[in-house]
Amino acid sequence: MTTDIVTPENADQVRDMVAWAVDSQAPLNVQGHGSKAGLGRAVNIGTTLDLSRLSGITEYSAPELVLTAQAGTPMTDIHAALADAGQHLAFEPPDLTGLLGGDPGRGTLGGLVATNLAGPRRVQVGAARDHFLGCQAVGARGEIFKAGGKVVKNVTGFDLCKLLAGSYGTLAVMTELTLKVLPAPEDTRTVLVLGASDADAARCMSRALTSSHEVSGAAHMPAAAASACEAEAVSSRGTSVTLIRVEGPGPSVEYRAKALCRELADFGETVEVGSGESRLAWAAVRDVQPLTEPLDRPVWRVSVAPTEGPGVVDALRRQSGSVDCLYDWGGGLVWLSLENGDVAGQAERVRNAVAHAGGGHATLVRAAADVRAAVPVFHPQPEPLAALSRRLKDNFDPARVLNPGRMAEGL
Amino acid sequence: MKMPAPDQGTIARRSEIVEALRRIVPGEGVIVDEDELQAYECDGLTAYKQLPLVVVLPETTEQVSRVMRWCHENNVKIVPRGAGTSLSGGSFPLADAVTIGLGKFNKILDVDFDNRTVVAQPGVTNLAITSAVAHEGFYYAPDPSSQIACSIGGNVAENAGGVHCLKYGLTTNNLLGLEMVLPDGEVVRLGGKHLDSGGYDLMGIVTGSEGMLGVITELTVRILKSPETAKAVLMGFPSNEQAGDCVADIIGNGIIPAGLEMMDKPAIRAAEDFVHANYPLDVEALLICELDGPAAEVEHLIERVEQIAKDNGATELRISRDDAERATFWAGRKAAFPAVGRISPDYLCMDGTIPRKALPEVLRRMREMSDKYGLRVANVFHAGDGNLHPLILFDANQPDELEKAEAFGADILTMCVEVGGVLTGEHGVGIEKRDLMPVMFGEDDIKQQQRIKCAFDPDHLVNPGKVYPTLHRCAELGKLHVTGGRLPFPDIPRF
Repeated sequence: MTTDIVTPENADQVRDMVAWAVDSQAPLNVQGHGSKAGLGRAVNIGTTLDLSRLSGITEYSAPELVLTAQAGTPMTDIHAALADAGQHLAFEPPDLTGLLGGDPGRGTLGGLVATNLAGPRRVQVGAARDHFLGCQAVGARGEIFKAGGKVVKNVTGFDLCKLLAGSYGTLAVMTELTLKVLPAPEDTRTVLVLGASDADAARCMSRALTSSHEVSGAAHMPAAAASACEAEAVSSRGTSVTLIRVEGPGPSVEYRAKALCRELADFGETVEVGSGESRLAWAAVRDVQPLTEPLDRPVWRVSVAPTEGPGVVDALRRQSGSVDCLYDWGGGLVWLSLENGDVAGQAERVRNAVAHAGGGHATLVRAAADVRAAVPVFHPQPEPLAALSRRLKDNFDPARVLNPGRMAEGL
Repeated sequence: MKMPAPDQGTIARRSEIVEALRRIVPGEGVIVDEDELQAYECDGLTAYKQLPLVVVLPETTEQVSRVMRWCHENNVKIVPRGAGTSLSGGSFPLADAVTIGLGKFNKILDVDFDNRTVVAQPGVTNLAITSAVAHEGFYYAPDPSSQIACSIGGNVAENAGGVHCLKYGLTTNNLLGLEMVLPDGEVVRLGGKHLDSGGYDLMGIVTGSEGMLGVITELTVRILKSPETAKAVLMGFPSNEQAGDCVADIIGNGIIPAGLEMMDKPAIRAAEDFVHANYPLDVEALLICELDGPAAEVEHLIERVEQIAKDNGATELRISRDDAERATFWAGRKAAFPAVGRISPDYLCMDGTIPRKALPEVLRRMREMSDKYGLRVANVFHAGDGNLHPLILFDANQPDELEKAEAFGADILTMCVEVGGVLTGEHGVGIEKRDLMPVMFGEDDIKQQQRIKCAFDPDHLVNPGKVYPTLHRCAELGKLHVTGGRLPFPDIPRF
């Protein structure tokens, strides 16, 4: 169908657009660069509200640990400004353009927070939600409002920002966001443990994360994923690779990496790699690069208790043919690449495995649009929670003009 | 501060309500005698007192659910209560509401070191979580100063912080799962031992909702391995400005300390007189900077902090040689509230957050206000994250002094908002700061927050009278006010 694209330049114009949408009962496809259009439930919406002209950092004071930028600011601009001041977004925002298709580096700050993504450092510092301090937004009655604050510690009123993070633009249109930023680590070391089975790797990651070495990343690539990894430090090993990361001042990371090599030696041969190689390897984990190809395979993102990750994969391997996977978050985040085919049946198997593992959630991250329209992309909620989510949508967007159906039918 | 007028109809139905509650919670679990109810007449905000209609102490989630369902069906308000340590009146009772005390939910249900989680009932104290895992070298990071008494369920309701939250986050960043009873009695589970959720972040909005969205009956928190070592630096400065600059430079140099606390001269004096921590008395401001982590890192960073302190003109500089000395550095800071309690019959503890760069201006204006009101003020400050705790000294037995102290406090918080900060950093709004909400939030801002309330509790039966000066009727909030047939914006670029 034809799409009308409107590109407002300021919050007032966004407000006018939303008011028009309510008036005309014309839903809006709210997006930034559209780099995550393939993420979430597929919907057909006639008018696109493109926020990419709402761009620019409005306030950044490094010692205050706070950055404010317009919603459509490119992530590349944010990363560059922070790097200049020796800081970063600690939750390690992934760039999924490789996995989902699209130009590398595309994506906006608003889109990042609206999808609540986070990379390997999630285990130590949290996700986008944990660093999202405040915003200005336009509600679905055409009103400009603010939520949260511009300081790092604030409990004034309900934490509306938590609700907006990860709501895929279905509750309000964020126009300006304030995030907590942190000093970037001076140095990085990664300890690679070679040849561990998935189950042993889970134990290895658990031991690393329960050590006092302040591990900031614990991931595992089974042999297939490892060989597909674009970081040579990983792909050259010819076997599975478990990655344990420490960050901080030079003398500290040296000491901790040595200690981890000793403490993890009974899981396999250990190898220590330095900053440059570490960065490449963790970027691959963060962006799920080893599972990018083959491009037609559905990719799932499963979150369970860390010790349960390998069990989920085992259960699926017993039921389906080929299962490629990559573990992050100490085993709690399992990326699955499964055979293309009956994705509805696959969804049931994956979600049953999650339930059997004590609960969690499974999101269909990559699939053709018609599949993402038919198969629930996000983990279906028990009815009382689904009803609560619908009541939230009813209260925030009764006319269903903001990204309707993007998360689930009726939301 | 005025609470909504109690509903006389509910009060008249008291014996019927008591009877219904006794059918759900048998034995001693329903408290009706006035002398026993007095234990529940206030929380940590002791300036206000009110006997609850009745107190019920359920022991199971099912009992909480049945109490909530009955109250919902019979249009009776409820007030959830943990340990009753809220400094903002979050569990302040109402004459026409049932207080649901969670004191009997006092068990730790599961400790899972491999997944680094603890599952606990809400009445367990904050410190008890750490105590349950300390033998394996773990701890629970958020550490509000009331941690020996405050309940973990109350921590979730208030999104409690503490000295360590600059590095380790508030409660919301350390919470993984909840079981809660919704206002209509429905029991739901949010999160678990896994991270994040697939849909709306309901756990995120329940955290810090000050008991207004339901009653928490179980929770899962993440625990951390205790740091290998910790050291503290004690620094004295001839001016607040220099101390403030030192804080900015520490963070500007990429160092995130485990704790970074500041005290002004009146607070130093009061603390020193009380605990004799050997604080220098000839300085205007004192900083305590604690670094924790691997020994190699702590040693390295301590040297850098020392240099930064010297560069900013520190006149006093001590580095803890062992844990005993580190504890001495902290002793005065940790005893600051009772220390101030010793030098004044009463005090109010405020809790605003400011951008740190505004600190010198805020302290200067606070001194002017202190002169204007004729009341002394001492300041302790979570300097790392800009969270200010001015303690206003007054005597409630003097006519009008409580009112004057409250007006002084309101002026301070209004100033915090003026300089770009917020009304509360960790204590919550409760009833204490409720009427100041419009200082920080406009009508449309507050309406959006209340839409959450309407999704959870459209009848406003759970913890009414807290956080918001007025609760809009949900039917009114739900209306769509459309602007009416305008053609859109010739001036917006379209493609």
